[in-house]
Amino acid sequence: MLAIIKRDFRSYFNSPIAYVLIGLFICIMSLYFVDSLNAGIASFSSRFISSMSYTLLIIVPILTMRTFAEDKKSGTEVLLLTSPVKLYQVVIGKYLAATCVFLVLAAASLVFPLVLLVYGKPDGATLFSSYLGFILLGMVFISVGVFASSLTENQIVSAIISFVSIFILAHISYIGNYVGGVAGKVLSQISFMERYGEFTTGIIDITSIIFMLSFVVVFVFLTYRILERRRWSQG
Amino acid sequence: MIEIQNLTKDYGKVKAIDDVSFTVEKGEIVGFLGPNGAGKSTTMNIITGFISSTSGTVRVAGYDILENPVGVKRHIGYLPEQPPLYHDMTVSEFLDFCARLKKVAPREWKNQKKDIMELVKVTHVSHRLIRNLSKGYKQRVGLAQALVGSPEVLILDEPTVGLDPKQIIEIRKLIKALGKKHTIILSSHILPEVSAVCDRVIIINRGRIVAVDTPDNLSKKLSDFSRFTITVAGPEKMIGDILRGVDGVKNVEVSAIGGEDEASFMVEADKDIDVRKPIFNQLASAGYPILELKSMNLSLEEVFLHLTTTEAKEVV
Repeated sequence: MLAIIKRDFRSYFNSPIAYVLIGLFICIMSLYFVDSLNAGIASFSSRFISSMSYTLLIIVPILTMRTFAEDKKSGTEVLLLTSPVKLYQVVIGKYLAATCVFLVLAAASLVFPLVLLVYGKPDGATLFSSYLGFILLGMVFISVGVFASSLTENQIVSAIISFVSIFILAHISYIGNYVGGVAGKVLSQISFMERYGEFTTGIIDITSIIFMLSFVVVFVFLTYRILERRRWSQG
Repeated sequence: MIEIQNLTKDYGKVKAIDDVSFTVEKGEIVGFLGPNGAGKSTTMNIITGFISSTSGTVRVAGYDILENPVGVKRHIGYLPEQPPLYHDMTVSEFLDFCARLKKVAPREWKNQKKDIMELVKVTHVSHRLIRNLSKGYKQRVGLAQALVGSPEVLILDEPTVGLDPKQIIEIRKLIKALGKKHTIILSSHILPEVSAVCDRVIIINRGRIVAVDTPDNLSKKLSDFSRFTITVAGPEKMIGDILRGVDGVKNVEVSAIGGEDEASFMVEADKDIDVRKPIFNQLASAGYPILELKSMNLSLEEVFLHLTTTEAKEVV
């Protein structure tokens, strides 16, 4: 499994994709950074970091689109599935590789709080909880993206599926409001953005952490099932 | 080493392979011969555990593919039709990755890697990206990948497709050399290729095995005789004599006696003479009606014909 993580991780950096993503991310964040500064130091963390979450809508689909799609297209899927490795190890390995790239990206964004530290006194605790929330949110979206990638061998299709799914997930509380009633309440409970919002205000809610991690587990498992099922139906 | 029993794979209503059974002994090189779409790749994909069968069992080195897939996979090196290569890695990196995937001990791997790279002659390109290699070299790296961990069984799906004549000869030589240490199944749709390399040939057509024999016997059988089974109503001895008397018939064997007044025979006859008409006439005039007359080698010949015709187009 470690071999798969390592290979996939390096493959992101062997191709321009990781650099483009990080560059894109830092670019967008710089704009938000200036904007958040104008809003004042007090609300900086929550403002800045909640805007960070919206960049994930673009970042994650690009990050995950190749995960399984590329292996299927280039035939290396055969190599992975005929090696003495369990299928779940392949799936988890690939998921973690994407997550590691995401962590690098999150680490790169630390440059903004650092600048702030030089010139002022941001609230460290809020910053910490915000980043924790950001990382959890990223992990949730990545699990959706990886799942989308297992559905197709076309990277573009994979990216579109994950973009749409993540977009809906991100706006699920709006949908919940429209629907109303019990269904609406259920939908609002799923809202990751609201849970994430709590993190940015400095609240670390253990139920949120567990909920988000369980969501990841479910989607990684679904990915596993998709690949497992394909062994029976295709050739 | 490899036991396949009643293997069947359905794709919806289409049977890709249908009730395929065979065994491969340790140290054998077995050729899987058949036209395109005969079910060679499907069979190989099932043996290696890449896809699942609809029914039937596969045992490799004593492990069942369903009960202990990892056990089976540990003993198999597989080169699929399209070599599974990560184009963004160098040859050396890629082989290192395969070794880790196949859990080769790091200490062992150092020597093994050197040997494998020398064996398939990729040492001098080991630091180049796979993306930039020619088709022939990619195929070799694919083969190297199958050799990682020195598995007892090698399964090679059309290992010479797309190579130039010189490379084909090299790869064949290499496979022959590997046959000393490994049990090998290789597939091909070119008859001379299989006879050049293999100890035994399994001919498969439309998902069914139509013949299993050594390459020599196979071509002998095909060139000398045509074969029929014939079932006739009447006493076995009389009919046998009549059949032997027909011009062109070389050999007659009783294959089954179905009661007192019905008998089945296997008739071998000269290829050039159609003995079916005289057989009918003589039996009819003697008053013994033919119940069944069936050509045995038809499917085999069909395949053979196909193989020999495609052969003309390919470079050997």
